[in-house]
Amino acid sequence: MRGAPQISLNFLTQSTSGGGIGPAIQGTLILIGLTSLIGIPIGILSGVYLAEFGNNKYAATMRTVNDILTEFPSIVVGITVYGVIVIALIGEYSAIAGAVALSFILIPIVARTTEESLKLVPNNVREASLALGVHKWRTTLSVVLPAAKSGLVTGTLLAVARIAGETAPLIMTILGNRYFFQGLTQPMAALPLEIWRDSLQPQVSLQAQGWGAALILILIVLSLNIAVRIASRGRLKK
Amino acid sequence: MTSMNSTQDKAVNQQPIDLDMKMQSIGLNAWFGAKQVLKDINLNVKTNAITAIIGPSGCGKSAFIRCLNRMHELVSGAKTSGQVLLDGKNIYEKQVDPVQIRRRVGMVFQKPNPFPTMSIYDNVAAGLRLTGTKKGKNLDEVVKRSLEQATLWAEVKEDLKKPGTSISGGQQQRLCIARAIALQPEVILMDEPCSALDPIATAKIEKLVVELKRDYTVVIVTHNMQQASRVSDYTAFLYLGALVEFGATKDIFEYPKNPLTEKYITGEFG
Repeated sequence: MRGAPQISLNFLTQSTSGGGIGPAIQGTLILIGLTSLIGIPIGILSGVYLAEFGNNKYAATMRTVNDILTEFPSIVVGITVYGVIVIALIGEYSAIAGAVALSFILIPIVARTTEESLKLVPNNVREASLALGVHKWRTTLSVVLPAAKSGLVTGTLLAVARIAGETAPLIMTILGNRYFFQGLTQPMAALPLEIWRDSLQPQVSLQAQGWGAALILILIVLSLNIAVRIASRGRLKK
Repeated sequence: MTSMNSTQDKAVNQQPIDLDMKMQSIGLNAWFGAKQVLKDINLNVKTNAITAIIGPSGCGKSAFIRCLNRMHELVSGAKTSGQVLLDGKNIYEKQVDPVQIRRRVGMVFQKPNPFPTMSIYDNVAAGLRLTGTKKGKNLDEVVKRSLEQATLWAEVKEDLKKPGTSISGGQQQRLCIARAIALQPEVILMDEPCSALDPIATAKIEKLVVELKRDYTVVIVTHNMQQASRVSDYTAFLYLGALVEFGATKDIFEYPKNPLTEKYITGEFG
């Protein structure tokens, strides 16, 4: 609540030199978007594979690896991506590296919740479709996935809310930036980084700015959670 | 006319495959993992007739009809051996696509299972849409005709847009029958279609089943012996995975040859 007095149009839209956290808000939104773009399709596809076609040794291994990744310390993910992308591939702290790091956190969660919500779809629904002479892939796509839709939406939104607040992997990947978005291969600001940096500063004004940033981040995560509530309420109605 | 019929009969008799028989199982065995659930079943399913499969729980009734449209093998660890002929052709032949077989041999399940995310209309149209058989062409007509055949049209014609799960259990089961009919299968398999329904809904389904045999060949699994004697033309009695007795329903119920069959239909065990 100490962040509340900070909030103003200026604070939300100005760059750091203007006393605002505009770049950080923009950066976090870009990160959420990029990560979702990379992570959600891969996560959902993995989950579908595990739930519908995952009755073999290969999938069992994949499931175990996925479980380990879910609990992987996020700073280690950050270091790994730092080594592979920041140093080896791009040679620069960059927005895309941050999105890749966050995807590594997002994918296992999405894959897991996808698998779980597909497994909740009663088997007799699958059988009904297969008995009509519908191919397995078509059954999955047109019958099973729609039946699990609200579970998928809920799980995915929760995963996105989780990565929105991640700080550790960002330190090693996007570094932070005083300016607005410079390009995918350039360093970028983000709210968790802003909070972390500001809280280490001696100046009271910067600390206050950190509080303000924290409030905004909480509001973003909160709104994602409200979206989850609305999505899952739809499920109960049916 | 008479002479023509007799020559036709002769021709049929001379062939190794009896064209009067829509489906035949020959030495059919089935397993769930290591457990053998069907043992050497030889059974003929007559065209445009109703064949009932009776027997106590766990005797392999459901496994048997699931072998007739290759649904059995979908359960992990399940396998089969032997032959099942559909119009004289073995459906377990290597080059046969089970998906195609299931379009010719439809199935209605024990519990009504309409697609939860689809409306009544979409449920009936689902088979055609998802198999890509008919794209939009006369879809309305097919849906109407299927629902009429399933004697459900009059009850739902105002509510085609409502979810398939919003109607009563008995109506849902007739919806599932309509969904199966829409694909115009040659054979309809029914796995205890009335076991989850009340007596009135059951009576409606039974009446419908009898009407269906005009256009389709029906195989119905039931644990209700009265039902078997009311609707079926032929009855097979399975016990512990083996076929104990098979014959015209009247004979099975009035003059059972096997003492086991007699015991079962008089209610001494089961």
